[in-house]
Amino acid sequence: MTDKKAAPISRRNFFKKAGTAGAAIASGTTALAVASDVLEGEAYSDALKEYFQKHYRDMSKDEVKAALARIERKAKRKHGVDITVENTAPYAREDTVFGYALNISKCKGYRKCVYACVEENNLSRDPEIHYIRVLEMEKGSMDLEKSNHYFGEDPVPKAGKFYLPVQCQHCEDPPCVKACPTQATWSEPDGIVVIDYNWCIGCHYCVIACPYWARHFNWEEPVIPKEEINTETHYLGNRPRERGVMEKCTFCIQRTRKGKMPACLEACPTGARVFGNLLDPKSEIRYILENKTVFRLKEELNTEPKFWYYTD
Amino acid sequence: MRLINFFWDVGLSVFRGGKLYFALLTVFGLVALLGFFSYIKQYQLGIMGHGLGEEVSWGVYIANFTFLVGVAAAAVMLVIPAYIFNIKRIKEVVLLGEVMALTACIMCVLFILVSLGRPERLWHILPFLGKLNLPTSMLAWDVIVINSYLILNLLIPLYMLYIKYCGEEPNFKIYFPATLVSILFAISIHTVTAFLFSSNVSRPFWNTAILGPRFLASAFTSGPAILIIAFQMIRAKSTYWIDDGVIKILALITTVALQINMFLLAVELFTEFYRQTDHGASAQYLFFGLDGHNQLVPWIWTAIALNTIALLILSVHKLRESPRFLNTACVLTVFGIWIEKGMGLVIPGLIPSPLGDIVEYTPSIYEIGVSVGIWSIGGMIFLVLAKIVIGVEKGRIKYIPR
Repeated sequence: MTDKKAAPISRRNFFKKAGTAGAAIASGTTALAVASDVLEGEAYSDALKEYFQKHYRDMSKDEVKAALARIERKAKRKHGVDITVENTAPYAREDTVFGYALNISKCKGYRKCVYACVEENNLSRDPEIHYIRVLEMEKGSMDLEKSNHYFGEDPVPKAGKFYLPVQCQHCEDPPCVKACPTQATWSEPDGIVVIDYNWCIGCHYCVIACPYWARHFNWEEPVIPKEEINTETHYLGNRPRERGVMEKCTFCIQRTRKGKMPACLEACPTGARVFGNLLDPKSEIRYILENKTVFRLKEELNTEPKFWYYTD
Repeated sequence: MRLINFFWDVGLSVFRGGKLYFALLTVFGLVALLGFFSYIKQYQLGIMGHGLGEEVSWGVYIANFTFLVGVAAAAVMLVIPAYIFNIKRIKEVVLLGEVMALTACIMCVLFILVSLGRPERLWHILPFLGKLNLPTSMLAWDVIVINSYLILNLLIPLYMLYIKYCGEEPNFKIYFPATLVSILFAISIHTVTAFLFSSNVSRPFWNTAILGPRFLASAFTSGPAILIIAFQMIRAKSTYWIDDGVIKILALITTVALQINMFLLAVELFTEFYRQTDHGASAQYLFFGLDGHNQLVPWIWTAIALNTIALLILSVHKLRESPRFLNTACVLTVFGIWIEKGMGLVIPGLIPSPLGDIVEYTPSIYEIGVSVGIWSIGGMIFLVLAKIVIGVEKGRIKYIPR
């Protein structure tokens, strides 16, 4: 009879073993994560706390505060720069949902938006990451596969072409949010799709899911000259990033939540860009949506972009 | 107490073996080490160490992962006849099939791990500890089904081996329900992995209902074919005898599955090419090249040639029954499916990019090094596990009261 008892016991023992092995692996990887940092008092405890940091939306107010301070200290250690990291809350959902409209008859392909975005959002200069890609399109065709992505230093605008800048469309039903296995990316109440860079595991699945090629991966430690670092940052936005995680356009969350316009809009020399609150009937963007011929890119995929294109 | 003896005896048996066993272990170990160094180097070099990039961000790792999910699932082709229909000669080898599935699952997990940007944050993706995005994320589902299948294929053989070690009869009430669950999971790992691809509206090449059925068909081609190769090697190089009937049944499964797979391929090609739309741009790139980019063209036609030759051999009874032809066909089709369900599936899905840009992908030497390393780890694991299984089955490892 003892034989029959043997089996369940064996399994229980087995689970115990599996448990300790798991713990060993966990502590091993922690050690690795810590070792890659500077191993000094505060740096050590910061790295440890960073490793065990909860998901942004699960943190208490105090935990968020501590996390923001940790990021500031880390920027000081790593880049020698004093930055401020805020977590300015979204406006109420009933009042504010952000949207963007872009006039493709005005866009001439100068790509000032691309580089203003790089500077504002602390994007890596080496390797280069851009949130905005301007496509040079054949007039008379909306076929993206016929577009030219690489028109470099050529003078623009070119005859027979029009220009289509594409960035994150901040979909109302974002495929990336559906795809992310860890809930590291989500849609904020004001409609901005954000990433918790501390929670992303870098699986690339959101890149695969996004129909707009809006998600970008840090294949290595981003490099930004110290003097070019934008020191006014947001936790969900332009704070200094690290290797191995995704990032994307956040409608300049650090600016727009304080009533400012996105950097790409301010940089546009032709005034092709309009940003605003979709719920404000008096806003310019509402005027455009109601009075211009607008369209959305790949509307048939039903992701409900909050980014419209229009013509004069 | 007997359990400790069991682990002790099994553990000891791993360190006892012939020259070939240790030679293989050494070679596998060295290559695995090479893989480890490749991983370090790739990490240090960052983007320069990768063939991957902004446009093609899934490559040789996910390709191998996809292929191995198929191998893992194919163990059901032994499990069903062994446990459900109680066919004795298959029962004798079913444990080898299950440890093959276990090995493939471990390799799957390794291939996912090396493709992560932040592998040390693994706990974020674990149930309860992390924040799994259920029910919407197919990757979250894949984590659950593959790990469950891995654990089932660890526990079931462990139980069966322990019972055999003790010289007793397995308890039907324990192994039968577990086996039923594992059959369900075998089908799930496949279907969910197919959904992982086909759920993406952004990637027309994958966004088709036929992907799931094609996954199953190719899995039941390559899985049994790998088992046949493994069994032939075991028959040749060990004293363990595997019945001809087992090989025959597996060969038949491979044949039918390959026929279905080729038919589904033809169906897909017809739909993509009869009226060419942008939906077919990836297929155009894969089979014929697109705008002068044609890196995968020789690759995929090699796969089709290998599978066609295998299909011809396997479909002729006389040839299939000749061991030499059968083995050749199995090797050919394993390579064919590895290309087709690996790089041939993953890469073209990402080309052209959602914004219509064509950037091709060649794995870097480090990516290849890491992949070969993981295959060696797999070889090592299967070798050791097969040795244990054979030892227990033959009664070499058994409980002796002390």
